[in-house]
Amino acid sequence: MDFGPFLFLATLEGLVQAAVLCLIALGLSLVFGVMRVVNVAHGEFYMLGAVLAWWITGWFAGNPAIGFVAAIIIGPLLVGVIAYFVERLILRKVEYDPEATIVATIGILYIVQQLVLITFGPDARPVDTPFYFLIEFPWFGYSGYKLLVICAAIMLLLAVWYVITRTRLGLVMRATQYDRETAQNFGIAVNQVYAIVFATGAGLAAVAAVLIVPIQQAHYLMGRDPLLLSFIVVIIGGLGSIRGTLVAALIIGLSDGIISVFFSPTLAKMVSTLLVAMVLVFKPEGLFGSRSQL
Amino acid sequence: MSKKIHKQIHQQDRRRTIKTLGVAAGVGLVSKYSPSLFPRAYAASEPIKIGAQFHRTGIGASYGRWYERTAAAAVKLINDEGGINGRPIELIVEDDGTDPKRGAEVVEKFATQHKVDVAYGTLFSHVVIGSSPRAGELKLPYIVVSEGHHVASGKLNRYVFQPGITDVKSQVISMAPWVAGNLGKKVTMIFPDFAFGHDHRDYFSTAIAQQGGEVLELIAIPPTETSFTRYFPRVPKDTEVLYHVMVGPGVLTFVKEMGQHFGSKRPEIFGFIDSLEAVDLATPQLEFLEGTYFWEGNPRYAQANQTEYDKFFRAAVGVDGNGASLSDPKDVSTYAHMFGCWETLFIIKQAMEACGYNSAADRPAFIEAMEALTTFEESRNHPQGSKVFNPQIHQSFGHQYISKVEGQRLNVVQKTSIEDGMYEPEGDYTKMAL
Amino acid sequence: MSSEQAKSIFLHAGVLAGLFLLQFFLPEYHHLSVTRIMLLAVFAMGFNLLFGYTGLLSLGHAMFFAAGMYGAGLSAYHLGWSVPLSFMVGIACGVVLSLAIGLIALRTTGVAFMIVTLMFSQVAYLTIVYFTTYTRGDEGLVMPESARQFVLFGQQLSLTHPGTRYNLALMLLAIVMASVWLLVRGDFGRSLIAIRENEARTKMLGYNTFLIKLKVLVVSGTISASSGAGYALMFAYIGSSFATIQYSIDPLLYTLLGGAGTVLGPFLGTALMFYLIDITSEYTSAYLLVAGIVLVILVLFFPRGLLGAVRNRWFGWLP
Repeated sequence: MDFGPFLFLATLEGLVQAAVLCLIALGLSLVFGVMRVVNVAHGEFYMLGAVLAWWITGWFAGNPAIGFVAAIIIGPLLVGVIAYFVERLILRKVEYDPEATIVATIGILYIVQQLVLITFGPDARPVDTPFYFLIEFPWFGYSGYKLLVICAAIMLLLAVWYVITRTRLGLVMRATQYDRETAQNFGIAVNQVYAIVFATGAGLAAVAAVLIVPIQQAHYLMGRDPLLLSFIVVIIGGLGSIRGTLVAALIIGLSDGIISVFFSPTLAKMVSTLLVAMVLVFKPEGLFGSRSQL
Repeated sequence: MSKKIHKQIHQQDRRRTIKTLGVAAGVGLVSKYSPSLFPRAYAASEPIKIGAQFHRTGIGASYGRWYERTAAAAVKLINDEGGINGRPIELIVEDDGTDPKRGAEVVEKFATQHKVDVAYGTLFSHVVIGSSPRAGELKLPYIVVSEGHHVASGKLNRYVFQPGITDVKSQVISMAPWVAGNLGKKVTMIFPDFAFGHDHRDYFSTAIAQQGGEVLELIAIPPTETSFTRYFPRVPKDTEVLYHVMVGPGVLTFVKEMGQHFGSKRPEIFGFIDSLEAVDLATPQLEFLEGTYFWEGNPRYAQANQTEYDKFFRAAVGVDGNGASLSDPKDVSTYAHMFGCWETLFIIKQAMEACGYNSAADRPAFIEAMEALTTFEESRNHPQGSKVFNPQIHQSFGHQYISKVEGQRLNVVQKTSIEDGMYEPEGDYTKMAL
Repeated sequence: MSSEQAKSIFLHAGVLAGLFLLQFFLPEYHHLSVTRIMLLAVFAMGFNLLFGYTGLLSLGHAMFFAAGMYGAGLSAYHLGWSVPLSFMVGIACGVVLSLAIGLIALRTTGVAFMIVTLMFSQVAYLTIVYFTTYTRGDEGLVMPESARQFVLFGQQLSLTHPGTRYNLALMLLAIVMASVWLLVRGDFGRSLIAIRENEARTKMLGYNTFLIKLKVLVVSGTISASSGAGYALMFAYIGSSFATIQYSIDPLLYTLLGGAGTVLGPFLGTALMFYLIDITSEYTSAYLLVAGIVLVILVLFFPRGLLGAVRNRWFGWLP
């Protein structure tokens, strides 16, 4: 294939990756920004979303779109509810101590992962795409569903942005993020906000998973790589900044794809990882954050 | 305490009710027989302990589950027929977590805590390689079903054997003549960028060159990759044959994206079934695989000329004519590999009986008895086909199958000869000290 | 103070003496396991120096372990160097890598430091895979016969002998434990804790906190590398799985379980975690589920780790 189309394809793939990454990272960023804790189990909520999507689509025969719509509504809700209880029963008890939260969420990571293994088994599970449409470019065929993923991610992103900047809930969240104690003094139920934020963050990861699972497969170990990548996105983008998260997801998603056009793939991974690390070193507050927020 | 089979029987009901669930179904199978079924003659005798190191968790868990089921079925059969030297087999399963560190620990545990007679091993090469030094130094025979080239490379030690399954070098070499003769001579290879993939790259490149073919492009996929579409443009236009092999949970994504990319304008595609092991061919979007070819270690779909032995093997393990579980047609087995677990147990039995194996003190005699083996005839104990065992490199060589996807099943189009996969031995374990 | 110091010396020397005596009583399997535990505890102790005492959480310590492992393993495998020499190469690799990483990564703090170390570690893992020609990547390499025997102080030693391995591991543990103990009790140790508690104030007091952090990172990385080098040579295998993120999280777990910021905590945590997995895996394949539950319980009821709880409640003098 010629260079031009090759680059075009790499860009398309990068955009899909960036879209999904952006949603996962957004969830992590919310939790990170508002609650100031690192949720190591975030990738497992993503995985849970994917596995539940496979499970839920299994209930419906016939048109795969029905199952998919059910999955994208029920799956993230279930994950959100689970996350809500995790927050109530564990994170609140350790008073959001940063270190204790890391250990607790590592524990939750193992628990979720192993429960999924026990309940749903170790095989990679496919989910049918809600529709099947191949776009025939002159040089290659491309799945129409992947373009839908990009669109869906943009819509969700806009929705989250709207909630945070234009609604009362968003105001409360921002207030809590900015200064927890003052927020409390103004009568905001900080505890409730935390629980909602944690559940929403997990739910966003689950939405991303339901979107991706017709492209990839649900597997009980699938949570690790997105966790690492979304961590990177959150840090690069700057805490709590939606715009930063979006830009960082685009950088990570695209750089991985496009650098691999020029280098052998493994070398490309090494180079892109190093580059991102260097951005962090020389601009540790992230691209859109302020230093004081770290 | 060891997981004694007797104990499992008592625990079975409790386990079912409290649903520890994770206890693989295979263990359940083992515990289905009870000591009272043994003929009186040896009911009281001590069992032969075989330590089974399997992937119950980790990346290899799909394989591990079926390895465990197959092993349990073979143990049941051997015990029903009087065991080894009149003694029943007790299979002690430990999970290696598909991790070489844990694998080595498990081997130590077999040797010194469970005090097994022999250890019997697992699929993923890194676990085998990481465990083998410990097996050698603890002087514990370690008989693996991994298909890696590690044993045959001569780099391990005298205590490690692979008699039940052909190694990857032999598999790959034996494919070259057919691929060059029937599909084309200009090949592009896609393989994972780690040692297993490099074995494919190196051995197939050489083998196809000997057939007058050439490799146009080598596409190595990094091990952390989850999306593959952007690699396919690297496939040169004049490629006649696309050779693919993938492992791990991403395989289905890989195959789907390959189909999307090429659409109807695809070259001939030849893959190793590792790319689709434990995956249902009727999965949506795999339609494009129609008319492509796969290497199979053992044909997953029962063929028209199915042998009695294959029929028996399927029934014993609980697999239907489509290679799926009898209890759940969606639960597809790792049929191309797991026969090795079955055959290996019969080989252990054969060698133990040949040397009159009695206790751990007879391990050197057992090793020598293993090294005295030369051929295995196609039979109920060797349902995959006959094999030639090379004692110098502790490796078996068998027939390989090439199957075409037709109507969402795999039909065998070629069974290679054992000679197609032969190569010069690269070492000699028999010269090493015991 | 001095009586506390005496108590502390007595305790740590007692643990080491106990471990020495234990080898004559331990059943064979546990003898082998304790060897592994001691080596891994060295890794966790190195990690703890940075995390528990200085408050720097690295999520990439697997790269230092791997530096030691590959430095030692590759020189023994490809160059045929003797065991002591290969071990030194492993340590040297640890020094060089931790110095390089420190100079770059210590420009960041807090969460950014976690992520940067994690990413460098990922690069280290990919490097091992990329050079599969020399490392055999994920499959790894088995150490040659020549690297199983060596001469030390005129003594012919064989690494195939479990007693030799046990005592070598104990020796390494003793050296590292003594060094860490001396380090954290001295002025340097106090400056580490000062950084952990309040870096800005420490800086204002005139300390060059960057230099202090660099020093402790190099010591920490080198100790971790010594563990990796020992692991490669003793168990005769190197493979890229030891450079994965799992091996960066393990020392964190061991440390938090045993008690961060205590000398013995990492050792205790390593031993407990090893046996927790070893024993529960006999009853269920979901042993990691048990491990997860234990972690959650631990964090709810013993947030400072086991030894941290002991120190808070009973023995304030525990270092």
